[in-house]
Amino acid sequence: MRRTFKALLKHPSGLVGLVLLAGILIMAASAGTAYPEGPWPMDGTPTLWPGEERAYLLGTDAMGRDLLAGLLYGARVSLAIGLAATAVALLVGVTAGALAGYHGGWIDDALMRFTDAMQTIPSFLFAVVIVGVLTPSLLTIICSIALVSWPTVARLVRAEFLRLRSLDFVLACRTMGMSDARIIFRQILPNCVAPIIVASSVLVATAIIIEASLSFLGLGDPNAMSWGTMIGAARPSLRTAWYMTLVPAAAVVATVLALNLIGDALNDALNPRRRER
Amino acid sequence: MSGSPGLSYFLRRLSQAVLVMFVVVLGNFLLIRLAPGDLVDVLGGTTDLSPEQALALRQRYGLDQPLLMQFLRYAGNLLHFDLGFSPRQGAPVVNVLLERLPTTLALVFLSLFLSVAIGTAVGVLAARRAGTVADFGLSLVVLLFYATPSFIIALLLILGFSVYLPWLPSAGISTPGLDLEGFAKLLDIGRHFILPVIALSTFYTAIYGRLSRAAMLEVLSQDFIRTARAKGVPERSLLWRHALRNALMPIVTMAGLQVSSLLGGAVLIETVFGLPGIGRTAFDAVMERDTNMLLGVLFMSSLGVVCVNLLVDLIYRLVDPRVELA
Repeated sequence: MRRTFKALLKHPSGLVGLVLLAGILIMAASAGTAYPEGPWPMDGTPTLWPGEERAYLLGTDAMGRDLLAGLLYGARVSLAIGLAATAVALLVGVTAGALAGYHGGWIDDALMRFTDAMQTIPSFLFAVVIVGVLTPSLLTIICSIALVSWPTVARLVRAEFLRLRSLDFVLACRTMGMSDARIIFRQILPNCVAPIIVASSVLVATAIIIEASLSFLGLGDPNAMSWGTMIGAARPSLRTAWYMTLVPAAAVVATVLALNLIGDALNDALNPRRRER
Repeated sequence: MSGSPGLSYFLRRLSQAVLVMFVVVLGNFLLIRLAPGDLVDVLGGTTDLSPEQALALRQRYGLDQPLLMQFLRYAGNLLHFDLGFSPRQGAPVVNVLLERLPTTLALVFLSLFLSVAIGTAVGVLAARRAGTVADFGLSLVVLLFYATPSFIIALLLILGFSVYLPWLPSAGISTPGLDLEGFAKLLDIGRHFILPVIALSTFYTAIYGRLSRAAMLEVLSQDFIRTARAKGVPERSLLWRHALRNALMPIVTMAGLQVSSLLGGAVLIETVFGLPGIGRTAFDAVMERDTNMLLGVLFMSSLGVVCVNLLVDLIYRLVDPRVELA
């Protein structure tokens, strides 16, 4: 673990990604102390441009809410949803992929047809439908993102298990009389941690994009100030006050960029065969 | 295996596709029907219904039947492409969707074409200059595109090319009030498609850029390229004909997989640009709880994706006979 982290710091894009992500984390952590009254109070003059007034560093939106406060609280929402949705997707995807890859047979067939079906429905459309039909909230957003992301994990883990299950060390475990559950979780799974970690950073990035897109469409949690909500709310003033769009948009791009850079660096660090690229 | 291996392969893929469609239809049906509140509740929310009227409506739409019966009736109707009636639109779902399908098809396939063309060109150029400043610059741009959600690109494009440089329209599919005919009409519609197509394609351009750069680097390191270079094949022909042809396979595969994702992106892009397509219809149907319309959109888009995947599979086998028949 520590060696991976060191490799990340040495990798140029890994370093940039980590620095960016650290910035986002600091934003999320400081939201409560910097703005204890939350991102909602409409106490500023509406439509203040960034730098126009010292108290509102990044300006205010059309309703007089502080954009910086929204930005900090939005970091919390994005990171929380990204991490939670990825955790659920990993839990479901790894379990399903491991069982299917290890056992094969009808379990494998059933899983493959099911993931085929899941990947046939356009995933963002599916997320819109689920959140819309079940009414938008943090929980439904997390569930919908996890639901559209787990098949990718399941396929990845299944492929790794298919490759590993016929190797000698698994045969040795079986000969020793080890239980299936123990072989799956204690012996094979640790060997596919690397691709799962690489996939996770991309999953978090995708989850953050889906969340921003949903809340931009007005399908965000009405009680959570998210970057997508801010961009959506700024749309009517796009022509006159574009900073309202640009400020949260830059935050989304920076976060996704950070996660992608870290993913690339992890891929290079954990797959030595492909390092020369 | 008896008979032609190609035919039996095709039949197996076809039966898999049918099975996948069945799972999709069943899953969507359950999702929509199990959600709280049915169509009648929603209609009742806007117009005051007496309990008798509500019951009559439920009977009319078959909502009082057991779930299994409802599903069988729904699936039976699907078999002859009857997607039900949309009370919101006051028309059969099929008619509404078929009328709006061309807009979405144009958006999706123009975006796919644009992103494959530009992405591949960028990837080949970057691979040829691997390690130089040009490669670094291109990779940086690609990385930025890769990290920017399509709706943000859409807003930036509107800001840049519709507000500050008032060159292109930012909403709708044609200029209202302008009664054009023939080529002029086509040109007008085309102008309305420029920004949406660019907005939808940037992310995929980035994907193809990354993919083709990696694939080209791999191919360029192989022996047959060295042989070709040694026997004096010009560098340009080496790059674009010998190497690219071999790097195309992962790009074709990816293009097939992307159609589903592009359709999802169309929901956002059509909503931002006010294009009357399937994606916009889906979003409106979610907001208005138009369940028949929603099921129809999900069915149509899945059917489209299944067909494209089947087609890509066949093309893939035609292009590269080495591909296993599994």
